Amino acid sequence: MAEFFSMGGYGAYVWPSYVMTAVVMAVLLFTSLRSLKATETAFDRLKGEADANKKKHQEASNGDEA
Amino acid sequence: MHRFANPTRFLKIAAAVQPWMAAITVLLFGVGLYMSFFTAPPDYQQGESVRIMYVHVPAAWMGMFCYAAMAVASAVALIWKHPLADVAAKATAPVGAAFTFLSLATGSLWGKPMWGTWWVWDARLTSMLILFFLYIGYMALQGAFDDRARGAKASAVLALVGAVNLPIIKFSVDWWNTLHQPASVIKMGGPSIHPDMLWPLLIMAVAFKTYYVWVLLVRIRQELTANKVRILRLKQVHGG
Repeated sequence: MAEFFSMGGYGAYVWPSYVMTAVVMAVLLFTSLRSLKATETAFDRLKGEADANKKKHQEASNGDEA
Repeated sequence: MHRFANPTRFLKIAAAVQPWMAAITVLLFGVGLYMSFFTAPPDYQQGESVRIMYVHVPAAWMGMFCYAAMAVASAVALIWKHPLADVAAKATAPVGAAFTFLSLATGSLWGKPMWGTWWVWDARLTSMLILFFLYIGYMALQGAFDDRARGAKASAVLALVGAVNLPIIKFSVDWWNTLHQPASVIKMGGPSIHPDMLWPLLIMAVAFKTYYVWVLLVRIRQELTANKVRILRLKQVHGG
């Protein structure tokens, strides 16, 4: 096990390479996913408000007619 | 292809494909990492340090691939005003920049024990550093205009001009007598690398590529949804 981690004396170069690659790729993936979630939430909220407004307008104009 | 050009249809397809891309990426990384550490032999000259290759080379390939994709998408956006092309180019930039950064950083970690230096102004390394700056410039230029369309156009032109750098990177090791080794996989007469090392390298390369597609889908979906949010906000301001 210790032998595996020492990487024939190159552990100090091999492991940081892999860890850095994993960290950079994971951070990019998760920030992208989180940003998508946040934008979708904002869209759903605005869409809900817009639909509610439309309904209110319709009801108001229907009321005028009656 | 025009069937996929419609952003609404694209959103649906992207959402359906995304979990598959995620699954394939995780699977390929599982196999690729196992092979990189357990089945691939140490190099007869470089010992175990050669394992850095399995992240360094795919990262460098993808740094260049993403730039090529960005340049093609920018050309399509400029010429045909394709609604998805700008979005795809914009979504690719940060991924390509991340890959290029990783190739420089892991190359540095490989260079120290093998060449005795973290960095050298060798043609291959320098042209890769320029690639990284091109990505940064592209992203900065995009956000530098109040008018989004102008920012998109300016950065698309930059992406196209910067594409000159791609063949320079590829052939830098042949044109100049550099410290960086020449190609051993993509070259005339086939790869000169042993299959025991070639296979893990290729599997890692495909894993990097599916990762790119995965993140690209997520970022394009985000970008298209953000456009819809902007339209709704405008409508709100103008009293629906």
